[in-house]
Amino acid sequence: MAQVLPAERDLRRVIGDGEGVPDGEVEGLSEDDLLELHRRLVQLRTYDERSLVYHRQGRIGTYAIFWNHEAMQAGSVYALEREDWIFPSYRESAIGLLRGMPASTVLSWWRGHPTGWWNPADWNVASICVPIGTHVPHAAGLAWGKKLRGESACAVAYFGDGATSEGAFHEGANFAAVMRAPLILFCNNNQWAISTPLEAQTAAETLADKAVGYGIPGVRVDGADVLAVYEATREAVTRARAGDGPTFIEAVTYRAAPHATADDPSAYIDPARVEEEKERECLGRYEAYLRRLGLLSDEAAEAVRAEALERMREGIAQAEAEPAPDPALLFSHALASPPASFDQDLAELRRVLGG
Amino acid sequence: MPELSYREAVRDALSHAMREDDDVFIMGEDIAEMGGSMGVTAGMLDEFGPDRVRNTPISEMAIVGAGIGAAIQGMRPVVEVMYEDFTTLAMEQIVNQAAKHRSMSGGQLKVPLTIRTQGGAGWSPGAQHAQQLEGWFVHVPGLKVVFASTPTDVRGLLWSAIYDDNPVMFFEHRTLYGIKEEVPDDLEPIPIGKARVHREGEDVTVVATGRLVHEALAAAQEAEGEGVSVEVFDPRTLQPLDEDGLVASVKKTNRCVVAHEAVTRMGFGAEIAAVVQEKAFDWLDAPIERVGAKFAPLPFAPVMEDYVVPDAADVLEAIRRTVGR
Repeated sequence: MAQVLPAERDLRRVIGDGEGVPDGEVEGLSEDDLLELHRRLVQLRTYDERSLVYHRQGRIGTYAIFWNHEAMQAGSVYALEREDWIFPSYRESAIGLLRGMPASTVLSWWRGHPTGWWNPADWNVASICVPIGTHVPHAAGLAWGKKLRGESACAVAYFGDGATSEGAFHEGANFAAVMRAPLILFCNNNQWAISTPLEAQTAAETLADKAVGYGIPGVRVDGADVLAVYEATREAVTRARAGDGPTFIEAVTYRAAPHATADDPSAYIDPARVEEEKERECLGRYEAYLRRLGLLSDEAAEAVRAEALERMREGIAQAEAEPAPDPALLFSHALASPPASFDQDLAELRRVLGG
Repeated sequence: MPELSYREAVRDALSHAMREDDDVFIMGEDIAEMGGSMGVTAGMLDEFGPDRVRNTPISEMAIVGAGIGAAIQGMRPVVEVMYEDFTTLAMEQIVNQAAKHRSMSGGQLKVPLTIRTQGGAGWSPGAQHAQQLEGWFVHVPGLKVVFASTPTDVRGLLWSAIYDDNPVMFFEHRTLYGIKEEVPDDLEPIPIGKARVHREGEDVTVVATGRLVHEALAAAQEAEGEGVSVEVFDPRTLQPLDEDGLVASVKKTNRCVVAHEAVTRMGFGAEIAAVVQEKAFDWLDAPIERVGAKFAPLPFAPVMEDYVVPDAADVLEAIRRTVGR
């Protein structure tokens, strides 16, 4: 069972610190599950670290870093079924990897190549929207549709602490709550919205307190504890499938990396606090937990990393091998039934391009 | 042939689609027991139940956003935004989201969402309750925009909107809900992007939308008494525009008046004028005249509203100006 540390209000944890705080365990997770979760964390970590390098090398565009957010993504997705829909924010750009999406697809997306536009219906992973929080109503509507159709699937919307200030978050949460839609509102509270700290974002004591106003449960969990995230999400999914409506999960962490590759946080963040967070980052903590249980050897950890790196090497090679897209896609993608003006616009484009 | 009001024609199209297709459902504010603020969905709750005729919180962003979420999994939701003025609260969802998701998925994701809304002056509701904002949406790639002016058209076009795989902004005009007309026994879909010529004429084409179609027809009747033969051309779909039909009509009459209730300046009529001058400049015998509302917020006072909003007399004046050249 998850333990509660009173010093940090209602913050659920499973992983101990190897000293005074004992390790817990999550009922129903086998050793294979624990190792699979590790593999997924490493996959995401490797994706993120390599993407930063690829950006610096000019091989992908501006990139939203998610270092130390991996536990929130891997833990929550592990509690889902394939039929459940994921509505990511840009911070979860690579979450499709957890569904088997090729790394080349996500890298192509960051390269601005059309092959990076995955079909959401193929993966049950929605397109990423730039305006903050705007996808919360989409997830609410998809969840409502599932309920209308008598299907058991639910939806998870991921967003950051800053998104809770948006009207779309409020309207989506309230709508889903009133409709008893099978939705999980997953807030990755990394305490920064670019340069705006949480205390400038809200006067609420915790973000989970907002759930009270919607009449839904608000759960706080250590966002760097993959097992606590998994367990909290599993409970929310159970509620959703039982017809009991949405749950708000506030996963608390601290942003230990820049907002994105275009951001220099030295202007606003305390570097000592960042270093402190790096000491307790989610992958290292989980690996220490597995080692204490005797489930992870150096060789096994190395093999998992090598596999993840290989996947990235293949991914970037595939992405870079994609031929330039056909300019006709510009218009043909815009409407399901292109209007009469389509042919004129395309002819003009080809003329400009010197076809 | 049954006689239906514009209001009943909208309801008929919705009900037909919902009877035949479980994936069609409607949601919006006060649409269930109350039947919507205009009574359009009255009685539908009894037939289809509270899940498929769904009252929502007062939450335009969520109504449209949730419609998108339901649509991307293959459903065909029809959401109602009570007044056009309130679409402003959902602009992010309409402009950035519904219109863009197909493109942002490489053409793979469909958003078969219909957004019904209504507006229009003539009952003195003031600045925030009767605007005609359809001109905002024609400017957004990825949206289709329909504005029907008769019971037959509203029925057939709403059906087509529901079964279009793109998001469609579907505008109804408040003052038209009561007009009646005999409609075909069987619901006949009307293709989106196809205009209708309400009245053939030789001397001038009046391109009119929504309520102004009826004002234009009244003006045409008057003009006939003055020996002027007027063609009344209703695009019905503003985006995409039936440019071929428009140009053919102007090439025949050699004169063009554009009439809509929305403000004239920077309006949809300017686009009509641009298309005509681009494709039929050499056929024009006179400058294109525009009829629309004065560039002012709609006033509360009835007498001032009358002054701001155009009617048949304004269309007739424009016809006279253009044939007098």
